[in-house]
Amino acid sequence: MSDDDRLGSALRAAAQRESPYLPDVSRAAARAGLLDVAYATLDSPVGTLLLARTPRGLVRLAYIDGAEDAVLEDLALRISPRVLAAPDELDQSRRELDEYFAGRRTRFGIPLDWRLTRGFAQRVLQATARIPYGSVSSYKLVAGEAGSPRGSRAAGNALGRNPLPIVVPCHRVLQADGGLGGYTGGVERKRQLLSVEGAPV
Amino acid sequence: MKLPAFQALLDTYGRDVHRFLVASLGPVEADDAYQETWLAALRAYPRLRDASNLRSWILTVAHRKAIDSTRARGARAVPVEDLPERVTPVEPLPDEGLWGEVRRLPPKQRTALALRYVADAGYGEISAVMGTSEEAARRNVHEALKRLRTEYTP
Repeated sequence: MSDDDRLGSALRAAAQRESPYLPDVSRAAARAGLLDVAYATLDSPVGTLLLARTPRGLVRLAYIDGAEDAVLEDLALRISPRVLAAPDELDQSRRELDEYFAGRRTRFGIPLDWRLTRGFAQRVLQATARIPYGSVSSYKLVAGEAGSPRGSRAAGNALGRNPLPIVVPCHRVLQADGGLGGYTGGVERKRQLLSVEGAPV
Repeated sequence: MKLPAFQALLDTYGRDVHRFLVASLGPVEADDAYQETWLAALRAYPRLRDASNLRSWILTVAHRKAIDSTRARGARAVPVEDLPERVTPVEPLPDEGLWGEVRRLPPKQRTALALRYVADAGYGEISAVMGTSEEAARRNVHEALKRLRTEYTP
């Protein structure tokens, strides 16, 4: 080993010791108005959830299922690449969801940012948001509320792409004959959410 | 332009950037420079044209913030000739050690050495970050090692 190599190794080793922790960036970014999308994760009875918000409100809730990177990439592309992990910014959402799963909350108070939806799909989701806790509706009915009584199939598609599941309760929309229908995160989760709410299924 | 979520940069390069700044500035000033680096990067990020080398980009931002921080320190400092001559040698800080020696090197040598051994940068990357030729990058690292060998015995 040459002297330079030995010195190089000593420098590398010394540098490894120097950074036990990293200073916070997300809070400083929020203060500077540079945090376009803040996100956090939450462990829940239906699996790990990713929550993301903009200054307007909650914009995305996703079942992670091992694909956190894909969700973040999608947010970077569709909203802004200034996406940072910032748990503080999602305190209220996380608390309300915890309460919901514990059966202590029947409505969410967090403001929503609807920008990932538009047109008919947005109207379907907004109609869905009005279905009360513990009750159910049908694809046909929400399609009608959204202005297209014969658009059950399109309504089903819109609900399948719901960017805010749980909070916009697409799990409360069932088939007209009472069948469960599909669900973004798999039908087993739909069943679980309905059972949290004590809905008649 | 398809850019990764900014958090991915922070996760991937945060530690390198912090170590580079600690090596360049010392632990106290490094923390502020670290935040300033990432805020400046965040500000510019959506307009970034070329995402092919994000590591060199963020190290370049860090290098500029280190220069700013050194200049600010110079502006605060009392001119040397006004100080009484020191009777005792300066005690090194507890965890100073080898990087303490590095921080006494001339700025270009110090930066080049930090990039080489903290961020594991090749000479091409060092020259890109510092805006010098590759030859100058090589020379800076070489001179820094030479000087350290005479002043530091592990």
